[in-house]
Amino acid sequence: MDFLKKLFGGGTEGSGQKAKDRLRIVLIHDRTDISPQLLDSLRDEIVQVLTKYMDIDTQKIEIDLDRDEKAVALVANIPVLRIKRGSIEMQ
Amino acid sequence: MAARVIVTTSGKGGVGKTTSTANIAAALAKFGKKVVAVDADVGLRNLDVIMGLENRVVYNFIDVIEKTCKLAQALVKDKRVPGLYLLPAAQTRTKDAVNPEQMVALCEELKPDFDFILLDCPAGIEGGFKNAAAGADEALVVTTPEIPAVRDADRIIGMLESMGKSPIRLIINRLRPNMVQDGDMLAKDDILDVLSIDLIGVVPEDESVIRATNNGEPMTMTLDSPAAHAYLNIAERLLGRDVPLMDLESYATRGLVSKIKKFFSGKRNKR
Repeated sequence: MDFLKKLFGGGTEGSGQKAKDRLRIVLIHDRTDISPQLLDSLRDEIVQVLTKYMDIDTQKIEIDLDRDEKAVALVANIPVLRIKRGSIEMQ
Repeated sequence: MAARVIVTTSGKGGVGKTTSTANIAAALAKFGKKVVAVDADVGLRNLDVIMGLENRVVYNFIDVIEKTCKLAQALVKDKRVPGLYLLPAAQTRTKDAVNPEQMVALCEELKPDFDFILLDCPAGIEGGFKNAAAGADEALVVTTPEIPAVRDADRIIGMLESMGKSPIRLIINRLRPNMVQDGDMLAKDDILDVLSIDLIGVVPEDESVIRATNNGEPMTMTLDSPAAHAYLNIAERLLGRDVPLMDLESYATRGLVSKIKKFFSGKRNKR
């Protein structure tokens, strides 16, 4: 039966579609691959900016890329100790 | 004359960088341009063989860099097409024998005498790639319609962009139109969608490529195969001419009639 389907060019989906889907996902992951050094300097700069406005628990910061089949997200968990008074008055 | 310097690269090996370089170089020379094809694959040279000039190599570009010989002595003139030259790589050296600054200096020395300098880059993303890319302004990225080749092309495109190369254009090589029609191969648009760079040409899978390599004669010198036409079109597009993409579907072998046709045309093409 598969032979007949193949002969008349209909029916089953070709492997090209599978290649396309796999390629897309591989590239999403490749393109968001981040080196530990880059992640460290990103963390340092985020901390610099945040500490202008609030005291944060720098020991408990978690920053990482969260990947699933379709997308990648930058997820940061940063415990806030208190908002700096000056930054509220600035508003 | 101040040459345009173009690197042919891919990341992955075996996708047709050297074949592309040789054929585009020969095609540009056929269009009356003065072209030098530089084999930047130090230690694994092959452009000389693909061009059929291996017996005429005396010096190589490492000799030029180390001042063992003059640039003019290392250039191999192709006697079949006026204006076509090869600058071979050293076979018994490694990629460490040259650095990016030296490649830039070499290209600067070549520039006044040529319209085009085509740099055939080694596979990989290490020193050899960086050397070859350093001298170039523009880039041609070669890929085949397979996941590993497209993935590596994506990586290389990123690196070329960060090095400021422009334009960076894509050659899709070894496409089998009948497999694309059957849904069993990545199509041109599938690849362009994910890589999002400009396409400069699609080269169909073609047995003539193997014959041409066996004979040491770039296909664009004889022009009797689909791949030769594709490379000729790429050369024209490099010259800024607006050439429509080939109708590859007409090469697809569907049905008995076209199979019979292909059988006979295949016989005729054999030399």
